[in-house]
Amino acid sequence: MAPAASLNPAPAHSRLFMSGNDAVARAVWEAGVRVAAAYPGTPATEMLEVLSTYPDLYTEWSVNEKVSLEVAFGAAMAGSRSFCAMKHVGMNVAADALMTLTLTGVVGGLVIAVADDVGLSSSQNEQDSRTWGRFAHIPVFEPADSQEAYDFALAAFELSERFQTPVLLRLTTRVCHVKALVTVGERHTRPAAGFAKESSRWVMVPGHAARRLPLMFEREQQLAIAAAESSLNYVEDGGDRRLGFIASGPACMHVRESFPDSPMFKLGFSYPAPIERLREFAASVDRVVVAEEVEPLLETELKAAGIAVIGKDILPRIGELAPNVLKPAIARLLGEPAPESSVAAPLPVFPRPPTMCVACPHLGVYYTLSQVKNITVSGDIGCYTLGAGHPWNALDACISMGASMGMALGLDKGRGEADADRRIVAVIGDSTFMHMGMQGLLDIVYNRGNVTVLLLDNRAVGMTGGQNNPGNGRGIHGEEAPRVDFEQLVKALGVREERVHVVNPYELPTLFKRLREETKIPEPSVIITNQPCVLVQDYQRKSPFMVEEDTCTGCGNCVDIGCPAIHVTRRDTVLKPNGKEVARSFVRIETAACTGCGLCLQPCAPKAIVPASVAGKVHVLQPH
Amino acid sequence: MSETTNILVVGIGGQGVMTATEILAEAAIALGHDVKKTEVAGMAQRGGVVSSHLRFGQRVLSPQITPGTADLLLAFEPAEGMRWRHMLRPSGQALMNVGRLTPPVVDLGLYDYPADPIAAVRAAGTRVVAFDATSIAVKLGEIRLGNTVMLGAISAYLPFSADVLEAAVLKRFAARKPALLELNRQAFAAGRAAAEQAAAHNTDSAREAAVPA
Ligand code: SF4
Ligand code: SF4
Ligand code: SF4
Repeated sequence: MAPAASLNPAPAHSRLFMSGNDAVARAVWEAGVRVAAAYPGTPATEMLEVLSTYPDLYTEWSVNEKVSLEVAFGAAMAGSRSFCAMKHVGMNVAADALMTLTLTGVVGGLVIAVADDVGLSSSQNEQDSRTWGRFAHIPVFEPADSQEAYDFALAAFELSERFQTPVLLRLTTRVCHVKALVTVGERHTRPAAGFAKESSRWVMVPGHAARRLPLMFEREQQLAIAAAESSLNYVEDGGDRRLGFIASGPACMHVRESFPDSPMFKLGFSYPAPIERLREFAASVDRVVVAEEVEPLLETELKAAGIAVIGKDILPRIGELAPNVLKPAIARLLGEPAPESSVAAPLPVFPRPPTMCVACPHLGVYYTLSQVKNITVSGDIGCYTLGAGHPWNALDACISMGASMGMALGLDKGRGEADADRRIVAVIGDSTFMHMGMQGLLDIVYNRGNVTVLLLDNRAVGMTGGQNNPGNGRGIHGEEAPRVDFEQLVKALGVREERVHVVNPYELPTLFKRLREETKIPEPSVIITNQPCVLVQDYQRKSPFMVEEDTCTGCGNCVDIGCPAIHVTRRDTVLKPNGKEVARSFVRIETAACTGCGLCLQPCAPKAIVPASVAGKVHVLQPH
Repeated sequence: MSETTNILVVGIGGQGVMTATEILAEAAIALGHDVKKTEVAGMAQRGGVVSSHLRFGQRVLSPQITPGTADLLLAFEPAEGMRWRHMLRPSGQALMNVGRLTPPVVDLGLYDYPADPIAAVRAAGTRVVAFDATSIAVKLGEIRLGNTVMLGAISAYLPFSADVLEAAVLKRFAARKPALLELNRQAFAAGRAAAEQAAAHNTDSAREAAVPA
């Protein structure tokens, strides 16, 4: 699934239709970056994915965001321009490195692109990464669209080298995944300056760090001056002086769209904020509204500086500040009638949550978990989080990458009387395990936890599109790479040999038996499932199946597998001889989608599911 | 006042919604428009709701279409057309595939599939052109041609010539899958014809309805 390496980049001055992520990648390449690293995560993934298709720079998928930042930082110490990208929650992982590398600073420019999932399209929370700029005392750039993502990324490298500081390029989903036209430029290569030994700078022991602290604060003051002078911060004038806006990121576009006549202070270099220029701007209009996504960071700083601004008092603290959010809020503020109250209400339609793929190797795992009684399932982040949904309802908790391990141990150690007989199961994918799960398993072993771990090895980072990782033995360009042996790895972490099993998740009886056995044994055990994600190139399709209508009894067992190729055609209830009412669901298999994985055959007692070709009926592809 | 054209393309992950919007965008770019395109897609690979916003004109600022301002709604699945019809302006036009895709929550009996999504959208006061893009694609021998059929269907409703869109479709396939070029040409034409027929039928039935019984 890796994009091919060394495509010919479009020539300078081309005007290209690019997402914010594409645009950042192009700028990073043009800036002469020599090392770029990331762990995939929506909405940031494509930055590195696209960058890996450019020639003449080193790119890698790292095992987690902290490592990716450390790699980029190491390169910056060596004097190379370097880049690292992550989603917002990735910075929580990388923060340990960030909070001290801000003291050492960098030699080669280091830009960290952090993509906030404002609007929660694919994340577990909605945190505001601009906070890290304040916390780590580093500058923050906030592009509003693709062209700015490109321009600001280039400017960020210049600033980084000028002040020897890492720069945070703060993006949101609405920059990363919006496509717009971008004019690109030429690449400038930059030789690495070389690593200069200087322990007082690079070895952060307390004595050295104490001497770097004042330098960091001095740098921050200089950055405030740079922000005040920056061309990324400017006023777009407007005739309607009743209201002015201070806005950053995509909110600028929404403000411009909604209030074309209002003056707007557009902040591109948003931290440290150019307070005095903002004070002047505020004085030039009757009232000022700060439009920032999502926390009231700038608003609080402006209020603290004695500038009267309006912000989250009238705007939501959650989600995007799109025109349909801004317009009514501002109308209310100005005492005007609400605009476009005529917008029709949505028609009621069933929800359509995302599903696992047809024949996904996780289906059998969740089907099995849903059949085992008296277990608590501590879950993790990946496609398999969907196991919490229908029809399985077989995942009971999920918070952050790798947390399934620690939570499971806590559920075990903290169990109440009522849970005395409960078995604790943790479910984690291969990539998540390598990201942050391994340490948790070591903790379970060391502290003698009674947890059964299901390690779902699907040989890919499935959820973000099947990126390569150490689990599938392929590097970022699809080239061969050392492959981790999970069996050996968990044994090395101390799980006893007898407690480690590798199981084919399409063999339901084996999976069920193993799970039953292992949950009964009061010590850590690991069941590794070993079949690939159906979307990776290793996946082998087999001949599809169909349902023989006359044989199907409507028992509905196959529906509980949760394969999206199985559809219910008819539902009814019958009275059994014993007087019990039984609900029946008759099914069909969408043969064109079925990959022949064989899962749904297994709970079908009357053997109504048969090979589509052998059934002797002409199969016609049906419109659904 | 609206010099910006707003097109909302909706469907389900895996149907080719984003590719179709991308091709529409390429056509608008070819004509020299400023263009922005944005999506909200669910977290998994497929099966979830996908809506793709395309805006083009002289200068496009916000990438998002504000509810109640879409000019065209291109729905790859009828219930999805129903889900998003409130995004259309009152005089907007919906183009809807009738080929249904039932999600697991409906198969499990937790929710009902609407009895007649096309009728529901019409009843809400929206002009609808409905056609069976799925069957057309299947008849051409490849269900994935569905998105070219959909593009053919919308081609008569754009503020530019259908030829520009067809050229964008063919350019894409010429570059990626030349073997499918001719099939895509047919799919585009079939989609266009199907939408024309459906529109003509609408006018006929409107006329019939106007005749007192
Ligand atoms: S992408 Fe792979 S792991 Fe994820 S649901 Fe699909 S088959 Fe399963
Ligand atoms: S064999 Fe059954 S479970 Fe497997 S892909 Fe086909 S329909 Fe789905
Ligand atoms: S498990 Fe077999 S008998 Fe039961 S509904 Fe499915 S196909 Fe019919």
